[in-house]
Amino acid sequence: MNYRLAALALLCPAVAANAEAGKVHEHVFSNGLKLLVKEDHRSPVVVSQVWYKVGSSYEPGGITGISHMLEHMMFKGTAKYPAGEFSRIIAENGGNENAFTGQDYTAYFQTLEKSRLEISFKLESDRMRNLDLKAEELKKELEVVTEERRMRTDDQPRSKVHEQFMATAFTNSPYQNPVIGWPSDIANYKVEDLQAWYQQWYAPNNATLVVVGDVDAQQVEKLAEQYFAPLQPSVLKPVKPQDESEQRGVRRITVKAPAKLPYLMMGYKVPVLKTAKPEWEAYALEVLAGVLDGGDSARLSSRLVRGKQIAVSAGAGYDFTSRLPEIFLLEATPAEGKTVFDLEYALLDEVYQLKNQLIDKDELQRIKAQVLASAVYQKDSNFYQAMQLGTLETVGIGWQKADEYVDKINQVTAEQVREVARKYLIEDTLTVAYLDPQPITQAAKPAKAIGGHHAF
Amino acid sequence: MRFNLIGLVLLLLSQTVWSAAKIENWQTPQGSRVYYVRTAGLPMVDVRVVFDAGSARDEAQFGVAALTSALLDSGAGDLSADDIAQRFESVGANYSAGVNEDMAWLAIRTLTEKALFDKALATFETVLSKPAFNQADFEREKARTLAGLKHREESPGELAGLAFNRALYGDHPYAHPETGVVETVAGFSADDLKSFYQKYYVAANAMVVIVGDVSREQAEQTANQVLSKLPVGSKPAEIPAVTMPNKASKQHIEFPSTQTHVLVGLPGTYRKDPDYFALYVGNHILGGGSMVSRLFEEVREKRGLAYGAYSVFAPLYRQGPFMMSLQTRNDQTEQALDVLLKTFNEFLDKGPSDKELTAAKQNITGGFAMRFDTNSKLTDYVAMIGFYQQPLDYLDTFQSNVEAVSIEQIKDAFKRRVKPELLQTVTVGAGK
Repeated sequence: MNYRLAALALLCPAVAANAEAGKVHEHVFSNGLKLLVKEDHRSPVVVSQVWYKVGSSYEPGGITGISHMLEHMMFKGTAKYPAGEFSRIIAENGGNENAFTGQDYTAYFQTLEKSRLEISFKLESDRMRNLDLKAEELKKELEVVTEERRMRTDDQPRSKVHEQFMATAFTNSPYQNPVIGWPSDIANYKVEDLQAWYQQWYAPNNATLVVVGDVDAQQVEKLAEQYFAPLQPSVLKPVKPQDESEQRGVRRITVKAPAKLPYLMMGYKVPVLKTAKPEWEAYALEVLAGVLDGGDSARLSSRLVRGKQIAVSAGAGYDFTSRLPEIFLLEATPAEGKTVFDLEYALLDEVYQLKNQLIDKDELQRIKAQVLASAVYQKDSNFYQAMQLGTLETVGIGWQKADEYVDKINQVTAEQVREVARKYLIEDTLTVAYLDPQPITQAAKPAKAIGGHHAF
Repeated sequence: MRFNLIGLVLLLLSQTVWSAAKIENWQTPQGSRVYYVRTAGLPMVDVRVVFDAGSARDEAQFGVAALTSALLDSGAGDLSADDIAQRFESVGANYSAGVNEDMAWLAIRTLTEKALFDKALATFETVLSKPAFNQADFEREKARTLAGLKHREESPGELAGLAFNRALYGDHPYAHPETGVVETVAGFSADDLKSFYQKYYVAANAMVVIVGDVSREQAEQTANQVLSKLPVGSKPAEIPAVTMPNKASKQHIEFPSTQTHVLVGLPGTYRKDPDYFALYVGNHILGGGSMVSRLFEEVREKRGLAYGAYSVFAPLYRQGPFMMSLQTRNDQTEQALDVLLKTFNEFLDKGPSDKELTAAKQNITGGFAMRFDTNSKLTDYVAMIGFYQQPLDYLDTFQSNVEAVSIEQIKDAFKRRVKPELLQTVTVGAGK
């Protein structure tokens, strides 16, 4: 019954056509800049994103987090547009803007009413080559980044566990370092470090410009030609591969932090789309993640949270568009009266079953139905569509893979899911981290109250 | 080939003159309000049912609205939690439910292909009209909520928010957190949830929002189907008025964190507030603009004291919080708080400059189309308009309402509404 519905969905022309990623206009300028434009005329808006092929996985020791620091400094002005001008101009044009840094990319974006795309190009092309890095601005912004780290990591027990987990799981892959950087590295950036990093990576031939919205692709290309084509390319040195050395044996760590609940994180080393040979393994791992955590009907919710009631929450994660081999992550919070060790045992039992029994055909159908529907839902957002193209292009997979996704997931069989479980979910590449909660001594001190409370 | 046809449709759409969304509104036979917007281009639809059944309806049982909402898809009619999840997910539908202070909602996003849509909607209807509140499901979800409440105590930011709302609202139902507190939730029984559900999840207290690629006729059928099995019931009494604090207060909560979270504010504005646009535009200049505002400039850009420094008005049925916030290294808390208050006081005294007001209006009106450029955002807006019974042309008049705000109106509204001598201040972090 269920299966027939999925088949129906796949046959329905409207759904199938809308699940396709849609037409992308590609152009590469002579300076190496790649432009990707996707027209979406549902709303009179446009998103413009500039993606640089640089992120924390490009950073050597001593300057971890410098890509993220540079992202902050990119708002500190050029000769033409001094500090604050970029944001002021975008704001007065009704735009939203920001930037984000990941392991494999640094990206800047503006969303604007469609007629104002030129403003984005004018400003982004200027700061691609003409950033004016000042020591005194760095001094202040370094404090901002330090506060950001305190907020995101230092005062968040589970983020700390994740940071230590990654540092333990990877021996020499740059994924061992946090995107925001280690505190000692952050404290010691010099303006010359930033300058060198900017020189090395911010160039048209290391960037992808992605535009999605109510635009005409040809006109966007003309506009991009005007602003970006005159920029000089750089000589780019190839990145060293830094292949992770082989792990032979489980790794376990404990992280102590002030917390109220214990927490468990486990992960196995796995290939990603870019590195999987054969390629279907990456899609099978995607389906595997879906079997465990693809919604409320998936195994972790139905078996561990509801069935055994051993966890109050449990999840699985696999970032299949990373540039380098990744971790297939499992994480969970034990229910009252259960321990992280009970949970670890239960999760290992789930892994055991995946290796020894074929997944049910209804399970597989549900995952495929969800993937198909998500492919439609994602098109509700220009921003998401641009993210997808930008990510695929920047990690070196190529944006064309977006079009294949639904088909490739549909081709995955139950046997293939069992095969990747057997091949990759093995104890020799497992890392386990436990959060050991430390007491929070908490006392309200209303002593400084200036006055009374409420009038009743 | 197929794709070309769709492309053609899109092309035609893009040539039509664009205007804010056309909201259609009617009532179901049982008297529930329905709000519908047709959006073409993607074969999907969002259906959201909203009740006046948020945490402000908890009375002494803090958290009962939230736990009631969480239980709905844990068993309904003959279906178990597993059955419900499988039925939704087998057709790629996304179900969600939740509460805030004023509202409780259930929502579904589904493809419009008939077989898929029908199955999703039938399941949704069952969850909405026949929740079972089985003892075993209740015990499990209660335990999960209690774990969530414990987890909240790990976060200095969350603790600050709890203390802040208590300081602002005292005995008012907006004072307690939506998810409740351990002391109340631990004492709930499944019957408490059942009673709450029976009282508030009724047609007279419901409205429906439908946004997507369905016809008016389909929308009418959908609304009728979804609500048909609910008893008519009655609307609850109005949420009581908010009493302003009568004095300023400052409290510190000790916490072993590297940063101190600072929150300063008062009960602020409400949805039908005549001062709403003056406060909204004024706040955009003070601390509402994401990367261009006085607080952002003074706290972060000039001094590097914090990653985030913002202010916000969160309008509700009654005055929702006005909150200025930052997080900073423990030892510079006083310095950062001084900068925040100085920035606020100066704004209160002198108001914005002409230039600032113009820039703020340009930002708000220039980005108007981006407020509802997705079905998700549009659904949020329509739900707000419907729930608070704003005029249907709210979006059409939004820009002119913003344009009409003057410096004098901003100064006047802030002076009357955000009195510095009443500000409530909460800090959470490691003190000296």
